[in-house]
Amino acid sequence: MKFTLSWLRDYLETDLPLAELADAMTALGLEVEGIEDPAAALADFIVADVVTCVDHPDSDHLHLLSVNTGSETLQIVCGAPNAHAGMKGILARVGTRIPATGDVLKTGKIRGIESQGMMCSFRELGLGEDHAGIVELETDAPAGTPVAEVLALDPVIDLSITPNRADCLGVRGVARDLAAKGLGAFKDAPVPVVQGSFDSPVSVALDFPKGEEGACPMFVGRFIRGVKNRPSPQWLQDRLTAVGLRPISALVDITNYVSLSRARPLHVFDADKIAGGALTVRLAEKGETVAALDGRTYEMEAGMVVICDAAGAQSIAGVMGGEPTGCTEDTVNVFVESALFDPLRVAHAGRTLQIDSDARYRFERGVDPASVADGAELATALILEFCGGTASHPVVAGAVPGPRAAIAFRPERVKTLGGLDVPAAEMADVLARLGCAVAVDGAALTVTPPTWRGDIAAEHDLVEEVLRVVGYDNVPAAPMPRDPMPKVVLTDAQRRRGWMRRALAARGLTEAVTFSFMDSRVAGAFGWSDPMLKVDNPISSELDVMRPSVLPNLVSAAARNAARGIADAALFEIGPQFDGPEPGQQRLAAAGVRTGKTGPRHWGAPPRAADAFDAKADAFAALEAAGAPTANAQVHRDAPAWYHPGQSGTIKLGRTVLAAFGALHPGVVKKLGLKGRAVGFEVYLDAIPAPKKKANRTRPLLKVSPYPAVDRDFAFVVDEAVEAERLIRAVTGADKALVQSVSVFDVFAGPALGAGRKSVALAVTLQAMDRTLKDEEIEAAAKTIVAAVEKATGGVLRA
Amino acid sequence: MDTLASLRDEVLAAVGAAGSLADLDEVRVGALGKKGRLTGLMKELGGLDPEARRMRGQALNVVKDEVAAAIEARKTDLEDAALDARLAQEGIDVTLPPRPDGVGTIHPISQTMDEVIAIFAQMGFAVAEGPEIEDDFHNFTALNIPPEHPARQMHDTFYLPPHADGTRHLLRTHTSPVQIRTMQEQAPPIRIVAPGRTYRCDSDMTHTPMFHQIEGLVIDRSTHFGHLKGCLIEFVETFFEVSEVPVRFRPSFFPFTEPSAEVDIGCSRKGGELTIGAGDGWLEILGCGMVHPNVLIACGLDPAVYQGFAFGMGIERIAMLKYGIPDLRTFFDADLRWLKHYGFVPLDLPTVTGGLSR
Repeated sequence: MKFTLSWLRDYLETDLPLAELADAMTALGLEVEGIEDPAAALADFIVADVVTCVDHPDSDHLHLLSVNTGSETLQIVCGAPNAHAGMKGILARVGTRIPATGDVLKTGKIRGIESQGMMCSFRELGLGEDHAGIVELETDAPAGTPVAEVLALDPVIDLSITPNRADCLGVRGVARDLAAKGLGAFKDAPVPVVQGSFDSPVSVALDFPKGEEGACPMFVGRFIRGVKNRPSPQWLQDRLTAVGLRPISALVDITNYVSLSRARPLHVFDADKIAGGALTVRLAEKGETVAALDGRTYEMEAGMVVICDAAGAQSIAGVMGGEPTGCTEDTVNVFVESALFDPLRVAHAGRTLQIDSDARYRFERGVDPASVADGAELATALILEFCGGTASHPVVAGAVPGPRAAIAFRPERVKTLGGLDVPAAEMADVLARLGCAVAVDGAALTVTPPTWRGDIAAEHDLVEEVLRVVGYDNVPAAPMPRDPMPKVVLTDAQRRRGWMRRALAARGLTEAVTFSFMDSRVAGAFGWSDPMLKVDNPISSELDVMRPSVLPNLVSAAARNAARGIADAALFEIGPQFDGPEPGQQRLAAAGVRTGKTGPRHWGAPPRAADAFDAKADAFAALEAAGAPTANAQVHRDAPAWYHPGQSGTIKLGRTVLAAFGALHPGVVKKLGLKGRAVGFEVYLDAIPAPKKKANRTRPLLKVSPYPAVDRDFAFVVDEAVEAERLIRAVTGADKALVQSVSVFDVFAGPALGAGRKSVALAVTLQAMDRTLKDEEIEAAAKTIVAAVEKATGGVLRA
Repeated sequence: MDTLASLRDEVLAAVGAAGSLADLDEVRVGALGKKGRLTGLMKELGGLDPEARRMRGQALNVVKDEVAAAIEARKTDLEDAALDARLAQEGIDVTLPPRPDGVGTIHPISQTMDEVIAIFAQMGFAVAEGPEIEDDFHNFTALNIPPEHPARQMHDTFYLPPHADGTRHLLRTHTSPVQIRTMQEQAPPIRIVAPGRTYRCDSDMTHTPMFHQIEGLVIDRSTHFGHLKGCLIEFVETFFEVSEVPVRFRPSFFPFTEPSAEVDIGCSRKGGELTIGAGDGWLEILGCGMVHPNVLIACGLDPAVYQGFAFGMGIERIAMLKYGIPDLRTFFDADLRWLKHYGFVPLDLPTVTGGLSR
């Protein structure tokens, strides 16, 4: 919402500086987006007298001027046809920045003669488009006076108006707010009433089914005969130009001016083009069309409101007028429309038809229902003033909607809800200045909000008004009452997530955050199939489905990094995957990807390709950081299809899948644009069983044996398909009292073992809690171990 | 006696002359071994009468102890010398780079969330979470945003396909639906913050289709606008770790709060560099207000009894401001160079008492 300072002063009696007004607007909730003060850019320009003006010896159109700056005389080459001796102009001296170009003026030589400055046009000063010649000032100001003091420069204020403040979509509303805050007196002259001299030949009917009358409660029209649609006066053109509107003609400019001044949209028909001499406002029929002022034809839908004549729908009510009935330079008779339309219907029509107009913007936020008649009067007065003509009696259809309900207001709510002590009398004053009718009833107030403040409907709205006008700054900040010692507020799941995140990062994986959506062309490879998980209006086709797994976006990220020259990527993310389209069907997963090698080439630690066991280690580390009972977990070979079928697994507790890991399927990796191999893991945080509730933090007593431990190595030859974990479990279970630990230190296959056979070497530590093991006991344990392995796997001790 | 004295001198000289541990051992065996010369003299004691045996024995023991001590001392010297020689040969180039560890980093969004949670936890706020696929009721209607409300246009909403009944789910446009779910599930008093992913159909220099917010909600019988100011001013001063950050509350509009405010913090843009703290500029960092009675009603709470405040802010925005990260879009690119540069050490867990950041 843009307006100029002089425009504001039409409605606000104040001599406060602009900066102070601007601060007050922001403090009132009318946020100042920017202030364009043309004087700022013109600070270096001065008034200068053209003393002599002669022709340039080497040109048929250039002049040589000698110009008095008040302190010196400069020689200036000038091409303007209107340059003449004795005129006062605007001088840019060497070193001045020219607003139109942004360039700093330098001494120049034009056709061999030095020019020590430039006499400027309005366009060069950034003050409009006039470039017909240099500015000739009508002023008594002596040479050397800053131009900003001579020109009537009007700063432009740009406000960001929140959707609830429809009344401030007009300058008058802003002035009222400022006056309520005490920044001046509100100039509230009543709109003059124009006497009509004949009955309008155009009639208006509101034609709505019972119950739908709210679509257009009121319409006031005025027929004006014999107008001349000429350009509007300069002051109006200047204001419109200043706020970024192009002046068109008096009739169009007047509607814009009233809209900007008073948030009152209007429309002016060319009355001679209204077929049948009658306008009807009614609900649109589906499929009927309106040829609108923007040159396009719109197809109406049910629920929209149109204004029709005998030939059909001519105007989309509250959104845009029609081309065939619009005014032109040749318009002679006009019909002014000032109406009230249902905000929801206007919003619906504007959104459906995708028309952004100033009228829609105001109507959908709520136009003052009491402004219908005033709008018609004001437009009529301005048309008569600028274009001549004679006005009909008003044509009134419908009526102003009923009076507003009074609100019972307990002044103490300003303290108990707003936290601010304000005397009740001051509150009453503030509300009255905002236009409310305030009746004092003992300790309570009865407040009737003004018609233009549709946003004030209940007590809490009045609390806000008082707070806003008195100032949020004046509300004392109160500390939050709180326990003397903070409590643990994170849930177990939240704490586990934090531990997991930091454990993975400490392992060398870098945390990434990637989008929750991905490309549907790849998502199928990660288990997506439900069309209800597609985004209806995606930002791009690569981000059109909710991801079924966190992995693919990480693989894509690794591919991008590889393209930047970082082939060895290790990334992880903890975020949602979407198993179904209902709220709550998302699952939290920690996923990680490693590509390339385990590290850079190094003299002491040669890198190797990242493999499935790196991913397995990551998965277990994540689970352990979260406190999952990994000792009871089992690894199975049933990872999802996006993993390499022979180099992947799942980690399960019973039937619950805690994690999957392994080399990623090369075909899937390729689809995601990554050259080379990738390994990865996914840990499902919600699947990890909740930790047992503990009464205290005491740990079990440490039990260590004081007797020596014995290490024994065993190499078993087994069938190639026998999994190492079965061997380990057989050994561990062989003698639970003595076997303290088992580790695999060698796996080997070769011709000596026979086809389909492999050797797995285990290091076993034996130890008793209560005695030193004797040789016979150790021998007996070894025999039990060998027997257990043979029974479980068919493996035999390697000879 | 002369024999013993000369033997002593002879053995001690040999000990001193031994050039290696092997030589020294030879001397030891020659003197003190089973067939050693001193051992031999000891064996002869048996043939003497008691008095002479005692005298002779004492003398022999003195010499034996003296020789043994000399051998031990010489042994230590020789071992030290051998160690020195070995160490001299074992030198390495300590300027070679050590084996790489490969420590990852924590994303600025995670770290910033942890910082924010640490501060609000201190004030007694729990952490609540909610789904990112939401229904219209929780994202809009319950938040006092009816279908035709102009405020819906301020949210560029991502929609999922329509159900058979015409309704459709959406990707939450803010974390505010968590307010609704919390109030539906939990009786007041309520103090929560709700961090998480949010989505808007917007992508340009300063917008990404996904971003993060943190929501705050306090509901009880007496919390008022002054508490909202106190709470957020405390937050801002603690979070930015700058003394004297000016904080400004500006009236604004949100359908779900009334009165509503936007909060600006002071900054300076001197020399094109943005600095948080006292200065001539303001930066908007969050929106807040007293929870609208219609929101309380939608959640089954009586607005005549309960009141409170809510706020919401962008995690990326405050992270960018605090840590001087210039471009929002880079947060989601997973560029390892960026993650290493702007990321955080894994063990730097932010706490209010131990410091939020280094």
